[in-house]
Amino acid sequence: MTTAVLFDNVSRHFGAVRAVDRVDLEIAEGEFFAMLGPSGSGKTTCLRLMAGFEQPTGGHIEIFGETAEGVPPYRRSVNTVFQDYALFPHLSILENVAYGLMVKGVGREERRKAAEDALAMVKLPGYGGRRPGQLSGGQRQRVALARALVNKPKVLLLDEPLGALDLKLREQMQEELKSLQKSLGITFVFVTHDQGEALSMADRLAVFNEGRIQQLGTPEEVYTRPKTRFVADFVGSSNVLTAKLCRTLGLNASFASLRPEAVAIAPPMNGALSLSGTVASRSFLGATNRIVVEVEGARIAVASPATRGAPAIGSPVTLSFAAHDLHPMEDA
Amino acid sequence: MLSEKSNRAPFGLKIAAAAGLAFMHLPILLIFLYAFTTEEKSYQFPPPGLTTQWFTTAWGRPDVWAALTLSVKVASIATAAALVLGTLCAAAVSQTRFFGRETISLLVILPIALPGIITGIALRSAFSIAEIPFSFWTIVLGHATFCIVVVYNNAVARFRRISGSLIEASMDLGADGFQTFRYVILPNIGTALLAGGMLAFALSFDEVIVTTFTAGQQSTLPIWMLEELIRPRQRPVTNVVAMVVVIVTFLPILGAYYLTRDGDQIAGAGK
Repeated sequence: MTTAVLFDNVSRHFGAVRAVDRVDLEIAEGEFFAMLGPSGSGKTTCLRLMAGFEQPTGGHIEIFGETAEGVPPYRRSVNTVFQDYALFPHLSILENVAYGLMVKGVGREERRKAAEDALAMVKLPGYGGRRPGQLSGGQRQRVALARALVNKPKVLLLDEPLGALDLKLREQMQEELKSLQKSLGITFVFVTHDQGEALSMADRLAVFNEGRIQQLGTPEEVYTRPKTRFVADFVGSSNVLTAKLCRTLGLNASFASLRPEAVAIAPPMNGALSLSGTVASRSFLGATNRIVVEVEGARIAVASPATRGAPAIGSPVTLSFAAHDLHPMEDA
Repeated sequence: MLSEKSNRAPFGLKIAAAAGLAFMHLPILLIFLYAFTTEEKSYQFPPPGLTTQWFTTAWGRPDVWAALTLSVKVASIATAAALVLGTLCAAAVSQTRFFGRETISLLVILPIALPGIITGIALRSAFSIAEIPFSFWTIVLGHATFCIVVVYNNAVARFRRISGSLIEASMDLGADGFQTFRYVILPNIGTALLAGGMLAFALSFDEVIVTTFTAGQQSTLPIWMLEELIRPRQRPVTNVVAMVVVIVTFLPILGAYYLTRDGDQIAGAGK
């Protein structure tokens, strides 16, 4: 398998601020890779390092085996879909999409055809004559995608591309992006702060915090076995069990994670672990009830199917869960 | 009903507004009128007779042509220099962050806030300290100080509306610095530069104060007119030239007005 993007101990410091701090990363060709983290975690800076808008202050970057440091953005075989789309307001949609081919000196007729094909690919055929100001947010996003893809990049970088869209459109674009990536076979690197988006779209993802990668793995690995407290908190809403509760359960760890949906309000069966507590609050979320149970001073959230009903607040309950759902974590 | 009432200006206010406008513009018409008078020694009202002979006389006088050529040349070169320097300065101030950015922004605008006489005296003493003889270029230099401000002000406002990611998007799509300037920046600031350039040209074309301190023995058109008013011979020639100046400066300013107005719609949508 070819490596598309390689980060070897890469840092990008702005004065005393370590925006990216000693990051190692290897993205495979054809992979849909997500960089997930809160704002200021370094994920966007990593993307800008790949695009060439930033230069690393330390470490080494390779794109398809070629050294990337010092190579300006216009000589890299990567293209970016910007968060604000950055469509050229003075050009028509067709001219926007054909821009990359125009500056490379591709003939007028050839680039018109390529741009029209790209617009058809993002389901905007016949929109070429309009101006960016005449399109909706979702349409502009597709144009930005077409404008990048028409250059046949080896890696497509997407900077929070769905952030400005409403929920319905976002879900639709998630599927379209995913199927587009599958059919084109291009490596996609996707920056987002939305964990649901990262989990549902990515083949693998890296969780960033304070300039460093906290965990790198498949969505399933990251979701079910968070390596650190930060990942447990940020990806979904895992319960973080303190050392005291760990000891009660016979686990020798300072922290452990436990997914709300892995816990049942029922007596333990064949070797399952259990804890007793009282119901502190409950809320109806549609398919599930979110029930918070107080156990030895700590609070544990339980996602219980709504069909089972919810016990009254203040009533004593027994929580049970399988031993393999309890994951010890590093203290971070 | 209330809004209907407040939309109608009282009659007295209308009269006052009309009178104000008349006070500003009637004297200009008077200048035009005296260009056709038959009385050449003093301005008499009403003119004793009307003639177009002064147009022929003005056309035939070499000193008019010398002054006009000098003014056009100075204004063109000062404007050209201002366009280059003003744009570069606007780009630096609006697109990057650096130490002293606000100070530089203020220092660039200062020459237009300073009275022309200060700029004139300052330049004159600077030239004499540096032992630079007065020439065509000292006039250009003097005019460029305020022409840059006009271009800068127009360009910086437009630059601020260009989203930084537009330039990055252009680079990302394979355009080098020159191509990005040619295909993205210039089309977005073009009308602002044209407007700024026209205003700069008009300012330079009728500038008197700074010019008197930096010109030495040469006469630009406005200085030639000042000198001509003192002499009692062929006075209406000055009025003919004044008419030309009004037309030459009015057209670019009108053009600049319309161009910047359209520019709001062209460059408005950053996303």
